[in-house]
Amino acid sequence: MTESFDLLIVGVGGQGTILASNIIGEACILEKRSVRSAETHGMAQRGGSVETHIRIDGIYGPLISPGGADLIISFDLLEALRYRHFLKEGGIIVSASGIVVPVSAFQNNLEIPSEEWILSRLEDVNLIKVDAEKAAREAGSILSQNVVMLGAASHYLPLKKETLLEAVKMLVPKKTVEVNEKAFILGFERSEQTK
Amino acid sequence: MATQYMLGNEAIAHACCEADLDFASGYPGTPSSEVIDTLRFQKERDFYIEWSVNEKVALENALGASWTGVRCLVTMKHVGLNVAADPLMTSGYTGVRGGLVILSADDPFAHSSQNEQDSRIYAKFAGILCLDPSNLQEAHDMMKQAYGLSEEFSLPVLFRPTTRICHSKSDVKIDKCGQEHRKGSFEKDPSQYVVIPVHTRILHKKLDEKQASLAKRLVESGYNFCEVRGKTAVITSGIAAEYVKEIIPEDVSFAKIGAYPIDSEWLKGFVSKHEKVLVVEELSPVVEEEVRQAAVKTTVFGKKDGCVPYEGELDPERTALAFEKAGFKHSKNYPHPVPAEGLPPRPPILCAGCGHRATFYAMKKVFGKSAVYPSDIGCYTLGIQLGTVDTTICMGASITVGSGISHSGDESDVVCTIGDSTFLHTGIQGLLNAVYNGANMTVVILDNRITAMTGHQPNPNTGLTAKGETSPSISLETICRACGASFVETINPYDLTSMLNTFKSAKSTKGVKVVISRQPCVIASRKQGIKRRHYTVNPDACIGCRACVRFGCPAIEFRDEKSSINELCSGCGVCSDICPKGAIIPEGN
Repeated sequence: MTESFDLLIVGVGGQGTILASNIIGEACILEKRSVRSAETHGMAQRGGSVETHIRIDGIYGPLISPGGADLIISFDLLEALRYRHFLKEGGIIVSASGIVVPVSAFQNNLEIPSEEWILSRLEDVNLIKVDAEKAAREAGSILSQNVVMLGAASHYLPLKKETLLEAVKMLVPKKTVEVNEKAFILGFERSEQTK
Repeated sequence: MATQYMLGNEAIAHACCEADLDFASGYPGTPSSEVIDTLRFQKERDFYIEWSVNEKVALENALGASWTGVRCLVTMKHVGLNVAADPLMTSGYTGVRGGLVILSADDPFAHSSQNEQDSRIYAKFAGILCLDPSNLQEAHDMMKQAYGLSEEFSLPVLFRPTTRICHSKSDVKIDKCGQEHRKGSFEKDPSQYVVIPVHTRILHKKLDEKQASLAKRLVESGYNFCEVRGKTAVITSGIAAEYVKEIIPEDVSFAKIGAYPIDSEWLKGFVSKHEKVLVVEELSPVVEEEVRQAAVKTTVFGKKDGCVPYEGELDPERTALAFEKAGFKHSKNYPHPVPAEGLPPRPPILCAGCGHRATFYAMKKVFGKSAVYPSDIGCYTLGIQLGTVDTTICMGASITVGSGISHSGDESDVVCTIGDSTFLHTGIQGLLNAVYNGANMTVVILDNRITAMTGHQPNPNTGLTAKGETSPSISLETICRACGASFVETINPYDLTSMLNTFKSAKSTKGVKVVISRQPCVIASRKQGIKRRHYTVNPDACIGCRACVRFGCPAIEFRDEKSSINELCSGCGVCSDICPKGAIIPEGN
C-alpha cells in the first residue's frame, strides 16, 4: 500500500495557514507528486483555532487520523499542544514560540497559559521551536511568519528546499517576493541551529 | 490537459467552464460559496452570473434560463435547498432544456451550519438525478458530464459535494474552457411549463417513467461501480469511499454509489453475491435503506444497527471503527491518542473593531439581561458569547421568531438582530408580517454592507454586482418604511452615546421599531485601504476594572491587573468610550 507523508499545519485564524498549505501543495505539483489536503474555511478568519491536513503523495481522502501525522507545523505554541495528539509516535513538531492568548482566557479569567507550562506538556515530543516573529521582522515584514515556519520545517518535509522556494515565489504577492525569500532562508537557518 | 493544485470548489467551477456554462446564479453559504466566487473572478467570462438574494430566487432564475436552452448552474448549501425546495419539487415535472445543475453542498459535522441534513433525500423526493462525488477529480469530471446528463433526460441534476470535497485540495487534471456558447430562446409550451393540475398529472407520470432508464444509465456511466472479491462486501458513497479504500483489505468486495437513483436490479445482483455487507456513508442512510431492501439472505450492517454513526463526519479512523463493529477486518492500526486537556478554548470570535460587537454591547446596556434576543444566520451569531443571541434557527427567522414571542404574552422586551444580506434574503417578509400584525419588538439590522461570513460576497446593499459592476444600492430605510415601520433610525455603532440614546427611545416606543446599525465590515474596509489610528492604554490611568475586557475585543488583553491593546486594534474607539477612567486613548496622544 502507498504511504503518504502526513502533515498538519495548525494556528490561529488569520495567521496564513492556508497560504502555507498552498505553497506545499504547489511544490507537490512542481515535483509531480500527488497531494490531498483539507482546510478550515469561513469563520476561521475570525481568530478561531485552525487546522489544515496535507497528505504528500496521498491518494485517498484528505483527513489525517489522530496519531497519524509525521509532522506538525504550528504557528502558535498553544495550538501545538492542542493538536499534539495528531502526532505519530516519533513524529516532529515545528512550532513558532509565540502564544496568542485566546480572548476566552481574558474574558473568563482563565489562567493564561505560559510558555513554560506548555513546554512542560510537550516534553516527550520532538519539538523544534522557532522565534518566527523575530525572524519575520528581520526579513522585513511581520506578515512573513508563515513562510519563516515553512523554511524551518523544510528540513523535515519530503520536498526539495529549491522546490519549496520556487512555490513561495509563485504564491506570495509579487511585491513581497524578496521579503518572503529571506523569511524562508532565515527560518531554514534558525531551525537548523536548534537541532 | 494540465494538472493544478485546486480547491474542490475551484475544480467544480472550472468543470462548468469546460462544459460551456452560460448562466450561473446562487446564494453564498459555506461550504459552497467559492464556486460562484471562482466563476465571477474569472478574467475572461462570457457567461451571465449573479449572486441572487436567496436560493429560491436563484433556482427560479436558472430554471427560467434553462427553459430557453442555455446551460445553467445554481449553487447553495444544504439548508439553502430548503428555501429553494418549492420550485425544486416541481422542476422535475417541467424538466429543463439547457442542462441545469443545482449544486447543494452538504456539511457533515455541521462545521458551519445549523443542521446536518442530507441533500440526496431531496433529489429522491423531487425525482431528479443526484451526483455524489467521492474525490476532487471525480467532482470535476462529474460536474463536466452533468450538463450532458441533464439534457439527455431533460431533468435538473442535483450535484451534492460535502465539506471535505468543497474545501479540500488536490492535484486535479483539467481541460481547456469551452468556447461554444448558446443564446437563449424560449419556446412556448404551456403543457410543459404551466403546472395546472391537468398538465401536472401527465407530467408526474412522465417523470416517473424516466426513473428506470435513468437508473440504468447511471450504472452504464460507471458512477455506480462494484467489484466482487470475496464473500463480504463494503458499499460506500461520497468522500467515505476514499476512507474505505484506505483501509479495505484486498479480499473484501467493494461497491461505490456515485449517482442516484440506484438501479435496484444491479444492486440486488451485487448484494446477493455476499454473506455480509457493510454500508459506510455520511449523513442519512440513503444507500443503506436501498441495500436493506435489496438484501434477501445477506446480513447488512450500517447505521441502523449502530455500526456507522448517524451524526458527524467520517474519517479513516472512524471508518475503521465501523469495520470493527461489523466484525470486518481492516488493514490499518489506529493508536487512539487522547487530546491534551485543560487548554483555554479558542472559538471563532467577532473581529477586532467589528461594529456588531459594539451594537450588541449597547443593546444589552439598554435592554438588559431579561430581554429576549432572537438572532439569525451570519457573523453576528457569534454574539452568543456576549449574551445577545437567544435563538437562531434559519435564515430570516429572527424577526419572525421575535414577533411570535412578542405575541405570546411574554412581557419581556424582544430585540432581534439580522444582517443586511439575511434581511434581503428572507427578512423582509418577516418585517412586513410583524408590522402588519402589530408585533411589539425592536428589529436591529446589523448592516455591514456585505455578506461577510461566507467570504465577502456583494449583495444589493453593497452596490456591486457579482461581476464587480456598480449598481445602485438599495435603501434599507426605504424598504423598512415601505413595510409599514414608522420608527426607522440609522446609527453608527462606533458612536456609543447616540447608539444608547436610539435604543432607549426604541425601548420606550410601542410597535415594531427598526434600528439600522451601519458600519462597513472591518475586513472589507481594511482590504479597501481604510486605516484608523490605533488606541492604547495609559497604564497610569488604568485601574484594572476589566470593563474593556468584558467588551470581548481580541485587541484587548489583560495581564498583571492592567489592560493593554495589541496590534489587532482597528481603531473603532468604542473601548475608549466604555472605559470609566478615560485610560484608553488614541495612539500618539
